[in-house]
Amino acid sequence: MAEPVLELRDMSKAFGALKATDGVSLDLKPGEIHALIGPNGAGKTTLIHQIAGSIRPDAGTIFFLGQDIGHLGVAGRVRLGLGRTFQISSIAPEFSALRNVMLAVQSQQGTSYRFWKPVLSDNSLVDPAMAMLERAGLAERARVPAAELSHGDKRRLEIAIALALEPKAFLLDEPMAGMDPEGSKGLTRFLDELRAEAPILLVEHDMDAVFALADRVSVLVYGRMIASGTVSEIRADANVRRAYLGDES
Amino acid sequence: MNRETLTSAALVLLLLGIPLAAMATGHNFYVTLASRMAILALAAVGLNIALGLGGLVSFGHAAFFGIGGYAAGVLAWHAMMLQPFPLGLPGTKLMPVIWLVAMLAAGIVAAFIGAISIRTSGVYFIMITLAFAQMIYYFAISFPSYGGEDGLSISLRNAFPGVNTLDPFTFFLICYLLLLAGLFLFFRLRDSRFGAALQAARQNETRLAAVGVSPFGIRLAAFVISAMVTALAGALYADLNRFVAPSMLSWHMSGELIVLIILGGTGRLAGPVAGAIVFVLFEHWLGGITERWQLYLGLVLLGVVLFARGGVVGLLAGKARHG
Repeated sequence: MAEPVLELRDMSKAFGALKATDGVSLDLKPGEIHALIGPNGAGKTTLIHQIAGSIRPDAGTIFFLGQDIGHLGVAGRVRLGLGRTFQISSIAPEFSALRNVMLAVQSQQGTSYRFWKPVLSDNSLVDPAMAMLERAGLAERARVPAAELSHGDKRRLEIAIALALEPKAFLLDEPMAGMDPEGSKGLTRFLDELRAEAPILLVEHDMDAVFALADRVSVLVYGRMIASGTVSEIRADANVRRAYLGDES
Repeated sequence: MNRETLTSAALVLLLLGIPLAAMATGHNFYVTLASRMAILALAAVGLNIALGLGGLVSFGHAAFFGIGGYAAGVLAWHAMMLQPFPLGLPGTKLMPVIWLVAMLAAGIVAAFIGAISIRTSGVYFIMITLAFAQMIYYFAISFPSYGGEDGLSISLRNAFPGVNTLDPFTFFLICYLLLLAGLFLFFRLRDSRFGAALQAARQNETRLAAVGVSPFGIRLAAFVISAMVTALAGALYADLNRFVAPSMLSWHMSGELIVLIILGGTGRLAGPVAGAIVFVLFEHWLGGITERWQLYLGLVLLGVVLFARGGVVGLLAGKARHG
């Protein structure tokens, strides 16, 4: 059994009386897509925030590449190789799509403290960024200000930025949210291949996509992990059916 | 050349044209007015790095402007009184040395103020920078060795090797060339990798962190560079007036610099130049007509904020483009 890339142990986080994360343990192994599902308000995004470093857990540890990353901030975890996308697209709106990706490329190269050379004529930034936009299917919109991109294109831009970071693991928070069926299908095929580059922890509401992609599925309800297993195990699990999928499905 | 470049070039040439036209028509007083424009523009170029590019609304840049001014005043005072500093360091009347000291001192103070205030944002950042600047203001007032409340006069303008700084036009040229250098620095910074990160921190801090760049360090560096440029302008300002007083450190000055930038165009290369020209002309002409000229400036500012967000440069060159 390969060592997990990412491992959570007994993570807990409460907001007042609300236990948003209640003793959650899970791991992500090389080459897999591990889907995290659960009804609205189950604490999926809160858990992603804790993994990314934007919310501090009350208890529990996070190991990434065998190292405890609990003390690192958001940027530090990204530099170690934890690439994420946001549930609601988070981009620099005034910059073009290309410059958004270039920002990720310069960070990946560790060169954000260069004060003199213009970026727009710098091929060591432009070329890799263009390549990522092409992979995400956004090359034709490269020069459009990010604020003016369509919703689907903003989702693709998020993916292109994450790709440019060359992460060792992806945290994708509802990448299909608000995409049309055609877009979802395209993205499903894309993620299917992406897992070979780095494993993916996927939060997703689109059950077709989850069941098509996931090697393993974990189900979160009211902050607790009620089941974890392969797609067929989850489909057969009585607890999951009751709590989430609905009895009649 | 695109419209933005043309506008910038036109504004910079206009500023050079003012003293030339003034001398040709015998209105020599306007040369000094043009120097004032160039100096205020340079101070605002500095603030524009923090405020315009980085979105750091510093309401305390008078601190750095004043530190620059006091660097000039204090160094000159020690040189003229033949009184060395502790450790036997002499004072100096040499502008290049004064500029260097002004920028270093402001840079150190800015690193300290920034390290504390950049942890906050929004209104809190505005208030903390204001508070630090007022602390320095009251320190200057209550510290008697260098004039306290009365300020410190520089009986003879400081010197630059090889030129006669007492000649108003020569002094204007010194200010003007430093302004050009400041503008060039702003231009290179804006388009560099650092500038990309700084502007991203303004647009979407979460995004910047999520690509692995910590916004704090980027903002702090910008704040320090910004303060150093404003301090250089402060040193020139003291030499222009041959006088430095605590008023250079007061919040009015911080406010004036922000007004300049908003009038001219926030984050735009030539915004501070346009803002300084408009502001100084307003102050001079309207100030000659009515003591309440600031009321009218306020109305203009209101108009800009409501109807012309991009300021003068926005009106002339259209919306900013980021490529």
